Amino acid sequence: MKQAELVIIGGGPAGLCAAVSAASSGAKVLILERNNALGGQLVKQTHMFFGSEKQYASTRGIDIPNILLNELDKYKENVEIMTDCTIVGMFEDGVITVIHKEDKYFKVKPEAVVVATGAFEKSLVFPNNDLPGIYGAGAVQTLMNVHGVKPGDRVLMVGAGNIGLIVSYQLMQAGVKVVGILDAAPQIGGYLVHASKVRRMGVPILTSHTVKEAIGTDCIEKAIVCEVDNKFQPIPGTEQEFDVDVLCISVGLTPLNELLAMRGCEMKFVPQLSGSVPVRNENYETTVENVFAAGDITGVEEASAAMVEGYLAGLCAAAKLGHKSDDFEEKKADYIKQLDSLRAGPVGEKILSGIEQILVK
Amino acid sequence: MFEKTGVPSKEMVREIFPSIDRINKGPVAVIECYKEIPCNPCQTACKYDAIHVGEDINHRPEVNRDNCIGCAICLSKCPGLAIMIVDGSKSEETVQIRIPFEFYPLPKEGDTVKALDREGNVLTDVKVVKVLNPKSFDRTPLVTFEIDREYLYDVRNIRLEVQP
Repeated sequence: MKQAELVIIGGGPAGLCAAVSAASSGAKVLILERNNALGGQLVKQTHMFFGSEKQYASTRGIDIPNILLNELDKYKENVEIMTDCTIVGMFEDGVITVIHKEDKYFKVKPEAVVVATGAFEKSLVFPNNDLPGIYGAGAVQTLMNVHGVKPGDRVLMVGAGNIGLIVSYQLMQAGVKVVGILDAAPQIGGYLVHASKVRRMGVPILTSHTVKEAIGTDCIEKAIVCEVDNKFQPIPGTEQEFDVDVLCISVGLTPLNELLAMRGCEMKFVPQLSGSVPVRNENYETTVENVFAAGDITGVEEASAAMVEGYLAGLCAAAKLGHKSDDFEEKKADYIKQLDSLRAGPVGEKILSGIEQILVK
Repeated sequence: MFEKTGVPSKEMVREIFPSIDRINKGPVAVIECYKEIPCNPCQTACKYDAIHVGEDINHRPEVNRDNCIGCAICLSKCPGLAIMIVDGSKSEETVQIRIPFEFYPLPKEGDTVKALDREGNVLTDVKVVKVLNPKSFDRTPLVTFEIDREYLYDVRNIRLEVQP
């Protein structure tokens, strides 16, 4: 069995920040990442980030992993990174089981763990939603921005949240025609600056609309959309057809929470946080001692918030293990202040009402 | 309506625009950040103390038009690409508009391109007067074009007629 002081599960924005914060405090950190490279979703975010300077605002997401890895490199004697590691279990005795490179199985028992597994995409139910050409927005971004492959020529985007709007813009940057953006909600969910950006390129945004069905034989050829009423029920006679070869689904994310549930952490379904999330204290420690969580797994938000949560959880996990840096209180107060400020506006209201339900004092 | 369409009303646009007198004096930033979001790089980027967001980064930015010299540094720093520079000091018939433009191919100085409004409708043909794409802009080039004054409050984008 492998020994470790602090295991961080997931090398995305939250996990990397947790690692920087814990390693700089003096904790020995082992990062376990499922993919073959670190960065999580950051590696496909070609747009500039919002927030303030401390959350790398106005830096492109794709450039943030390197900033964090350079930071991590300063404490390299405290850091071990293992990629291609799928965590298959977290057990009550603290043992974590891992499959490495698909064929090696090992166990690790750390003194503490930060779970930063992120979130996964929700889907949408409609007839023929399994036709080739119907993608999640994450897959479209991976094809385009990681592999340089155009997903198709004519795209209908479903979802006018930030991801739907941003991916539409990136599709147009890649030379793909976006025929429209739908959302079942009566209002655009994402930042309106993003909406205005795609709108002034001539892309219609149809709120109170949903996909009725996809049509095609070998792959999608048409999408039938219709208007919905204020109870999200289709209004007969409002159908419209779009000729498309890609239907991109961007209807939100939900926390990737299985490991925490398996470990026995108390979980709660909180719609404002987009799914089942761990009950936690202000240090981002769950109801199981020395099991911390950070990032989208604690509630789906922007990556800027995930990074600050990572810094905070890593700092507190290290302190719990006896690595309390001199400026612990100062840093902790700063991270809490940053999170408060990211959530202070109208966008944060929903998140704050969700956090209220899972925060134990 | 704005929350449904992403297109600000004419009144909203007029409200954030500087006066014609100010525009005629020289370049000035116009920030179309109509809704509170947690974001303040425009303030951080400004060397002239001309953009104020404040302690709460959710506040909408305010432009101090006496301090603003229209240097355009904020244009490539705004993650929402919500800022443009308007300059009415060059001619009585036209204004120069500078916008962030993150698309290939980039236009060249002297090119004729289509000017678009906030819904992407073509307004008129315009001439590109300047294209800036230094490394410090981090892949957000800025394009300046000249347009008849009648389109001042409507123009917000350009489109190149790409040759196949």
